[in-house]
Amino acid sequence: MKLLEMKHIRKNFDGLEVLKDISLTVEQGQVLAIIGPSGSGKSTLLRCAAMLETMDDGEMYYLGEQAVASVDGRSVYAKPSELRRMQGYYGLVFQNFNLFPHFSVLKNIMDAPIHVQKREKKEVESQARALLEKMGLGDKADAYPYQLSGGQQQRVSIARALAMNPKILFFDEPTSALDPELTGEILKVIRDLAAEHMTMVIVTHEMNFARNVADHIIFMEHGVIAWQGASEELYTSNNRRMQEFLGKFE
Amino acid sequence: MDYGMMLSKLGGGMVTTVVIFGLTLLFSLPLGMIVAFGRMSKGPLVRNLTKIYISIMRGTPLMLQIMMVYYGPYYLFRIQISSSYRFAAVIIAFAINYAAYFAEIYRGGIESMPRGQYEAAKLLGYTKGQTFLRIILPQVIKRILPSVTNEIITLVKDTSLAMVIAVMEMFTISKALASSSTSAIPYVAAGIFYYIFNYLVAWTMEKIEEKLNYYR
Repeated sequence: MKLLEMKHIRKNFDGLEVLKDISLTVEQGQVLAIIGPSGSGKSTLLRCAAMLETMDDGEMYYLGEQAVASVDGRSVYAKPSELRRMQGYYGLVFQNFNLFPHFSVLKNIMDAPIHVQKREKKEVESQARALLEKMGLGDKADAYPYQLSGGQQQRVSIARALAMNPKILFFDEPTSALDPELTGEILKVIRDLAAEHMTMVIVTHEMNFARNVADHIIFMEHGVIAWQGASEELYTSNNRRMQEFLGKFE
Repeated sequence: MDYGMMLSKLGGGMVTTVVIFGLTLLFSLPLGMIVAFGRMSKGPLVRNLTKIYISIMRGTPLMLQIMMVYYGPYYLFRIQISSSYRFAAVIIAFAINYAAYFAEIYRGGIESMPRGQYEAAKLLGYTKGQTFLRIILPQVIKRILPSVTNEIITLVKDTSLAMVIAVMEMFTISKALASSSTSAIPYVAAGIFYYIFNYLVAWTMEKIEEKLNYYR
């Protein structure tokens, strides 16, 4: 089943074309990694999918429901009430966590399920505690974000996103603000989620990780998909530009 | 000089001062939030009108504003003003003046919030109202508390400006007592009162700040 479908996406920032006719599909259970140099448009693409940016042209579907239509070369978004419902299908993990500093760890995770999804507090709390346990943060429920390391904060933010029971989880460079040791913690969590067949779209600079954890890889450059394929093909493809890019990571 | 009489008169003025102070905060703190939203409005008409309002309130003396609110209705529209309007005029003038200052403090606080907080809230499905009340406002209050404390301390001293339309607050009375008894003691007493009042204000605000220090 196609959870997300984007067709012919275009996006300009003040006349600069950052996304030029991008199309992609995310199947249920798939892990898609988007790689590429800085400024290639990969984060913008993810933010368009998460509706944090509005695209200029193109269509988008979540679970087959149309979120964005293309009419006369311009994107037309669905009604706000429909978009709100579709927003519930996905969660996003930010590069700099964006936890709510005035909420404890537990409240960060529980607040939206209770006040947005109107779920039962008891049920939410047991889920939140289970998620923290899974993230190795069982003893941090009552801590505040400032008391945690970057890696711990990022794991809380993953738990916060998971508590909403999304069908897709987006990651926007989840390890870019972390040192290599903390990066490992986060990559392990994502790998565990992949093993549970969580559908994920990951924008990342971690090439080896992308190859190991993703099923499919998209390489972006200058706002276009320069190469895409199964992750095993990443190092064996003969796309010159991509090999050049990967070479810098050796 | 009869100190007992002096203290009882000053005591009455003290009550009026505290009431002016309390009512001004009661009206200007929420009004400032409305003004701040007007100032940040996407509509140019509302935004610019609010901008002009704030500019006038900050750019002219509060004493003049009190006189305008009190005498204005008569000079402009020939409406007979009763002396019972005196006190209301002071509250109106203080409230609209302080609302302008609070509005700018609120705006500074709201605009200093990182965009990521709004984005995280949006991703989690919070409505705009929920985002403001649950996520943004509590953090803004913590950020702006020191500036608000400053304003509130200024307000304690500004209440003495009510003298200009002869409202019987602390300063008006101490001035009358001083000139009738040719003594500086009423002024000293008034000074001590303002100092103690502000000391209590500062202490209270510090307690509130400490309470909000549970996070960074």
